[in-house]
Amino acid sequence: MLIQTKDLKKIYTTEEVETTALNNINLEIQEGEYVAIMGPSGCGKSTLLNIMGLIDNPTSGEYHFLDKDVAKYSERKRAGLRKSNIGFVFQSFNLIDELTVFENVELPLLYLGLSAGERKKRTNEVLEHMALMPRKNHFPQQLSGGQQQRVAVARAVVARPKLILADEPTGNLDSTHGEEVMNLLGELHENGTTIVMVTHSQAYAEYSQRIIYLFDGQVVSENVQTKFKL
Amino acid sequence: MIELRGITKYYSTGYVKTFVLRNVNLTIGEGEFVTVMGPSGAGKSTLLHILGMLDTPSEGEYFFDGQPVHAFTERQLTELHKHHIGFVFQSYHLIDDLTVTENLETPLLYKKIKGSERKALVAESLDRFHIVAKKDLFPNQLSGGQQQRVAIARALITKPRLILADEPTGNLNSKEGKEVMEMFAELNAAGTTIIQVTHSEQNAAYGRRTIRLLDGWVQP
Repeated sequence: MLIQTKDLKKIYTTEEVETTALNNINLEIQEGEYVAIMGPSGCGKSTLLNIMGLIDNPTSGEYHFLDKDVAKYSERKRAGLRKSNIGFVFQSFNLIDELTVFENVELPLLYLGLSAGERKKRTNEVLEHMALMPRKNHFPQQLSGGQQQRVAVARAVVARPKLILADEPTGNLDSTHGEEVMNLLGELHENGTTIVMVTHSQAYAEYSQRIIYLFDGQVVSENVQTKFKL
Repeated sequence: MIELRGITKYYSTGYVKTFVLRNVNLTIGEGEFVTVMGPSGAGKSTLLHILGMLDTPSEGEYFFDGQPVHAFTERQLTELHKHHIGFVFQSYHLIDDLTVTENLETPLLYKKIKGSERKALVAESLDRFHIVAKKDLFPNQLSGGQQQRVAIARALITKPRLILADEPTGNLNSKEGKEVMEMFAELNAAGTTIIQVTHSEQNAAYGRRTIRLLDGWVQP
């Protein structure tokens, strides 16, 4: 099992108020699945994705990633797991303006300690595949939104992660570029990568095999897409 | 440091040319703090992108340290941009799955700087921008003002000679905005050249010279 949560809770405490962002989430996601998470703004979608991605901690409950209870891991151990297994795609692309396209895509490999030659080979492969070679020496600000998100997807996959977490990956794109990103994710899924995507768009959610609906921090329904039913 | 001669930028669609900048002549000396103002669509951001070598003019000449930037190849532009220029944008552009420390370190990873020196530079930067306590947090665990401080710290960690800032306080409240402007003033006092685009007269007051653009023309 890739992901399993047990009674997962996330509570934010400010001076006077307690806000429950996630309330008793019990979920299982198998390796190779493509899951969409939907729900209104503030329902806890992004918080759940951040916890799955080990960039946030649950307040209570268990989170098993690759069958290990990681909720109580030290930050160093979590970072190790994250960097070798998880790729992220965000709505706002998250590219570094000071770095070229090539360097942005190469970045996750630096953290894995691969040799320069191996890094160059893998980065060029991904750039080639995403039709970004002509842009490799450009800076993010010289690209259109669609191209920037392609670079972000390239960076997410360059380390060949088991899991891709995508938070509104098409949120800043027009429909043509949005579809292009969805097709890229679909292709990655066909090649065996597990994908969990947060989206507002019913149409894009239907690219997945299973849709999880969140409301007020709770799973209210799950829907296995008919086209994938046995 | 910077000299623009007859810089013009237009976009052609069919038979129509849309002008964004018209015959801009401008000299900016090392150590200046210059503000560019003007209504939306006046060409401010385009001018900043050309100055930062992220965009090329349709016509005209651009000299940086006396070198003819307009005649440079793309590779030369990339090198010049990377070695001398730091860009600060309205939105933060931090990487959400890297900690504050890691975000700061990224531009250094490409500069052939030793691990120990990188650590020292990051520590110095955390200190200077008052984000030491946040060093192991992720961007989504910070407020907007803190995120912008990290973004600025990252833009400056390689010690660029020229800072180009496009509405750097646009997403911040007035207190946070003031902090950012005071940081710029401090950097400028230490010798860094700064060119900022802003809508705010208050922010413009930190600069020593204001250039006003209207419909692509520099106003006298």
